[in-house]
Amino acid sequence: MDSALFPKGVQRCSMGKFFLGLSIAGAVLLWGVLGLFLCWIKGLNQTNMNDYYGFAIWIWADLAVIALGGGAFFTGLLRYIFGIDELKNIINFAVLIGFICYSSALLILAIDVGQPLRSWFIFWHANVHSMLTEVAFCLSCYFAVLTIEYIPLILENRQLDKVPFIHNLTHNMHHIMAVFAATGAFLSFFHQGSLGGVPGVLFGRPFAFREHILVWPYSFFLFTWSAAAYGPCFTLFITWITEKISGKQLVKDNVVQLLAKISGWMIITYIIAKIADTVYWAMVTAPSKGFALMDFYSNNALYGIWILFAEIVLCGVVPGLILISPKLRANPTTRLIAIILGVIGVSLNRWVLVLQVMAVPVMSFDTWALYYPSWQEVATTVLPVAYGVMMIMISYRYLPIFPQEVELNPIEPLPTETVTEIEVDKETAEEAMVSEGEPAPAQA
Amino acid sequence: MFPFSFEWVWDMGHLVFHGGLWYALTILGIGMTYCIIKSIVDTVKADGSDSHH
Repeated sequence: MDSALFPKGVQRCSMGKFFLGLSIAGAVLLWGVLGLFLCWIKGLNQTNMNDYYGFAIWIWADLAVIALGGGAFFTGLLRYIFGIDELKNIINFAVLIGFICYSSALLILAIDVGQPLRSWFIFWHANVHSMLTEVAFCLSCYFAVLTIEYIPLILENRQLDKVPFIHNLTHNMHHIMAVFAATGAFLSFFHQGSLGGVPGVLFGRPFAFREHILVWPYSFFLFTWSAAAYGPCFTLFITWITEKISGKQLVKDNVVQLLAKISGWMIITYIIAKIADTVYWAMVTAPSKGFALMDFYSNNALYGIWILFAEIVLCGVVPGLILISPKLRANPTTRLIAIILGVIGVSLNRWVLVLQVMAVPVMSFDTWALYYPSWQEVATTVLPVAYGVMMIMISYRYLPIFPQEVELNPIEPLPTETVTEIEVDKETAEEAMVSEGEPAPAQA
Repeated sequence: MFPFSFEWVWDMGHLVFHGGLWYALTILGIGMTYCIIKSIVDTVKADGSDSHH
């Protein structure tokens, strides 16, 4: 029915199956939309945020998707600026994932601000002493970059590409994509960093506070580094899921291994810096504020020292070592384990620096303040996942996201299909002859 | 915010933040304008050469 819209030389599932998948994701999306409208209509009293938690699960989700979407800017940087040509086979999907992640982040912020109609205030009445202003500026501009990078993919749809102007526009946008990619990398460096800078400058919260280089706390650099390191893991993870669901290999193994190797080295260098930062913080910074390391990891039901171990060793050192080892990286199972651990690791890091920061008691009369989100918060946090699934389904079906798909999955027509096609062609030719006034051939 | 807005102050904070914002937006704007104009020119040229043949 819609096969004329498919990319050339590929097969897709039936329309019924496609709509069934869309409906399942759509039902989850509607649940999220219900939560969203409750928050917009009734206000933020629909959440479990309180005086302890001005930032809560939404901001964690925001920081996590921005870090996971970092694969787009880093892969773009490698492809367009450093000229690693093999990555052209995965850059489209990295851009799509980045687009989904950043649009999700903006959607979550639109709920979190409580008054979305006043969102423009941050641009017009900017507080130029706040790192969050820098985040808002860079996030919006980078989303514009991702949109510009995603537009040529849409325009490469088989039918749209037939329009000469659209074909030329796609070509010209590809031609100067390096300029947009460089701008995106510049913007990403600053907004990823500033998101890390926000906890790092909280001198009233010794769990988060870090020493500075000029005006930038160490967490500024660690956040950018971790997004570049773990973002490609998420791209590879979603590629793996898409391959499993479609039942096809979509990207060649050498491309996957190359991105995994780069990610591995980035993770290893990041985790060395993170360990150095943590040791300095535990031995010098926190004691100078009157805290011992175990003050942050005891006397509560959730945050034990296990979380530090899980973030740094299990989900940092382990995936890094797996991905830099040629033998372990070549093994699909260990590679997948490393990729999943990496995705969990960066999400855990953002959780710790958003939610554990708020939970740790600061004053001598304080106690641990744990936080449980309301269902509206959960629904609106799950909403972007459903939205992302739908975006990937639609993009995969109609757009040439994976340039190697045709080569990896050649379509061999069955003998019966070939005969039918010949018969159909013959009938079409006869009809055309009749319509042009020529006599129809005699029926046998 | 623009320099002619009443809230504007000529200090480092405003220059760095808004300078960066307008710098990025200018690059994106010029880049897209170039692509659109060049595509129109390319399309018109192609149409012209088609009609000659």
